[in-house]
Amino acid sequence: MQPTTPETNSPATPDDWSRRAVLKLSAVGLLGAGFGGATAIGLTRWVRTTPLPYRFFSPAEATLLIAICEQIIPRDDAPGATDAGVIHYIDRQLSRAFADHQAAYRSGLAAFGKTCLQVYKTPFEQLSFTQQTEAIRLIEAEQAPRELWGEQSQQGFFSMVIDHTRQGFYGSPRHGGNRDYASYRMLGLAYPNLIGQNRYGAKRPG
Amino acid sequence: MALPKVNVVIVGAGAGGGIVAKELAQAGLSVVLLERGDWPRYDDHNDDELNSQRTPVFGNPFGPDDQRHRRVVVEGDGATRVVVPSDWAYNNNAGCVGGGTVSYGAMAWRFMPEDFRLRTTYGEVKDSTLADWPISYDDLEPFYEKAEYEIGVAGDYSNNPFCGPRKKPFPMPGFPLNKEGNRVAEAATRMGLHPFPIPMLRNSVPYNGRPACIHMRSCVGFACPVNAKAGSHNTVLPLALATGNCQVRTGCVAAEIIVDDRGRATGVRYFDANNKGQEQAADLVVVSASATETARLLLNSKSKLFPNGAGNNNDWVGRNLQGHLYVGASGLMEEEIYEEAGPGATVAISDFNHGNPGLVGGGMLANEFIALPYLFCNIRPPGEAHWGKAHKDFQRRYYKRLCRLIGPIQEIPNFAARVSVDPALKDAWGIPVCRLSGTRHPYDLKLGEFLSKKAEAIIREMGATRVWRNGPGRGLGLSGGQHQAGTCRMGDDPNTSVTNRHGQVHQIDNLFIADGSLNVTNGGFNPVLTIMALAYWVADSIKSGWKGSQFR
Repeated sequence: MQPTTPETNSPATPDDWSRRAVLKLSAVGLLGAGFGGATAIGLTRWVRTTPLPYRFFSPAEATLLIAICEQIIPRDDAPGATDAGVIHYIDRQLSRAFADHQAAYRSGLAAFGKTCLQVYKTPFEQLSFTQQTEAIRLIEAEQAPRELWGEQSQQGFFSMVIDHTRQGFYGSPRHGGNRDYASYRMLGLAYPNLIGQNRYGAKRPG
Repeated sequence: MALPKVNVVIVGAGAGGGIVAKELAQAGLSVVLLERGDWPRYDDHNDDELNSQRTPVFGNPFGPDDQRHRRVVVEGDGATRVVVPSDWAYNNNAGCVGGGTVSYGAMAWRFMPEDFRLRTTYGEVKDSTLADWPISYDDLEPFYEKAEYEIGVAGDYSNNPFCGPRKKPFPMPGFPLNKEGNRVAEAATRMGLHPFPIPMLRNSVPYNGRPACIHMRSCVGFACPVNAKAGSHNTVLPLALATGNCQVRTGCVAAEIIVDDRGRATGVRYFDANNKGQEQAADLVVVSASATETARLLLNSKSKLFPNGAGNNNDWVGRNLQGHLYVGASGLMEEEIYEEAGPGATVAISDFNHGNPGLVGGGMLANEFIALPYLFCNIRPPGEAHWGKAHKDFQRRYYKRLCRLIGPIQEIPNFAARVSVDPALKDAWGIPVCRLSGTRHPYDLKLGEFLSKKAEAIIREMGATRVWRNGPGRGLGLSGGQHQAGTCRMGDDPNTSVTNRHGQVHQIDNLFIADGSLNVTNGGFNPVLTIMALAYWVADSIKSGWKGSQFR
């Protein structure tokens, strides 16, 4: 059953170059011996230089969706959807728990892209931030050219992306988003939740 | 071929079934407890909001799963929709050992004496099936007390003048109010109201071999990592198993109560964890599968004398489905009132449960459980933006400044709100599924408006800068969900009820119900302690009717 499958926050493919770099750094003593494995793994992510591969999205779809998600939760003095890795949350879930939504993403992103080309003569990701907001408002109001969307509800598509973006931004990092607890830092919440981690010392029922 | 006969087979290991299993096993009866889910494991669900029973993004962590279960919902316009358990319209509770008591918020309310005699107190309500219970608060009082002591309730009613009489104090001291709770209490006291700590099925001090609460923010919707939150799975079931008389069979889905041609229940047909059909023969059958699933099982149990389902010759099985309409108000404070101490709901007000001029019943108000960040995205005043910088700013500015006061109103039962079985759709085991139809009684909206205005006034008194009411978001809708009740009403008249006052199905002497299905009305309170008390009450009746080797 889906919820019982443990997930980790490790990338799908280990980033060999970065890991080697970290090991090399450790070898010359910058990290010191006392930090242990956890620090090295943390740093592996920190110095990653190549993008993660996607499981479901094509590179073009991913670029478009990243821009849409960034509109939903934009970066300001705190990280936004892109920084938090929301795309990886959605991409990962579409290949498993959200498999039912694959078709809606595929057709919705295609229609979204075509809408911008037709209305603005420019791909969405090349529009200014303000123009992007306008384009989304058009779609949210179900006002994009109907022939591009066919049976699919524009508003329904965008609502789905809003919901999944929130999950990726505010959910547990174990599902691929909320990188380094970005949203918890923003809200001033303790992360990870330390209360409860002492459970193995507690007396169990007899 | 039927499995060797036992004294009792119980269907459903939730709040009701666990207690009946323990009581009967301790009395020396051999008991088989069938549960469709599994034992809960805390480590699968550690502090992960997306794997919470409240926000089941990946399906219900405490069951049932979306792969094998379906229901049909009849919408207001007559259109039907097939729904899975993680869809709110499924009206799910839970499906695991412990049932809803694993992941609940654990409020431990006794209904008030008036809640058992609404019809006498308030008179008839048009187009309703409003009735008194066949039993009174006084009948149930010793069993409330037993539930409070055996399962474990922390509470303090020194400032609650509205509760029914109690013979003994709570076994554990009440929890202190949190920051928000204190602010609510101050405002309510200034208004002449009576705030007090919410009674909780959660240890405020070490009790019954389990530790005190460690106050995780991820509490409601989750299993407790230290078992400070009390449920069937960590209180009565270990005791039942310790007798050696009780076997809990997990992954077992009941399909039918077998009723012979003379009208006696002879056992239960079910599918085991390997989906293999089994028949468990028994002297006695107890159904405690929740108001929706209990009704479904009875309706799917057709026999010569009961062609429309067990106990359903009067067409009352599955009728009067109730839950709770939740209403209240929210406000934004200037200063932070969030406290990193779960579960967050600490203070209650019972001034509006009864005695509201011109109204039938009412409801309790309490400050709300902590909303984790994803759930918080949906808590907005009307007209607030749902995305963009405005969304982010609201999250950041108000996550720790939100105050909410909400509560369940006493719903008015009606005959059309019902569970039936769908004529076409079957679940993964080939068993006809629940078909939910009807709506709440329109009176509930009136009562909802009344209670939400009261909540609004308190939040204004607290000094909130922006206040909005939380009315019934989905309009009339159909009520059920975690507080589902009423579908096998107990009563003295066999024409207008499903069981007698002991939870014994009319005309089938060895078939009992022990869950919220029995509730004639559902109180303006969370119903779990009443379900527990009823389970003790039903078990007590069974024990006194047990003559040596069989039930008569």
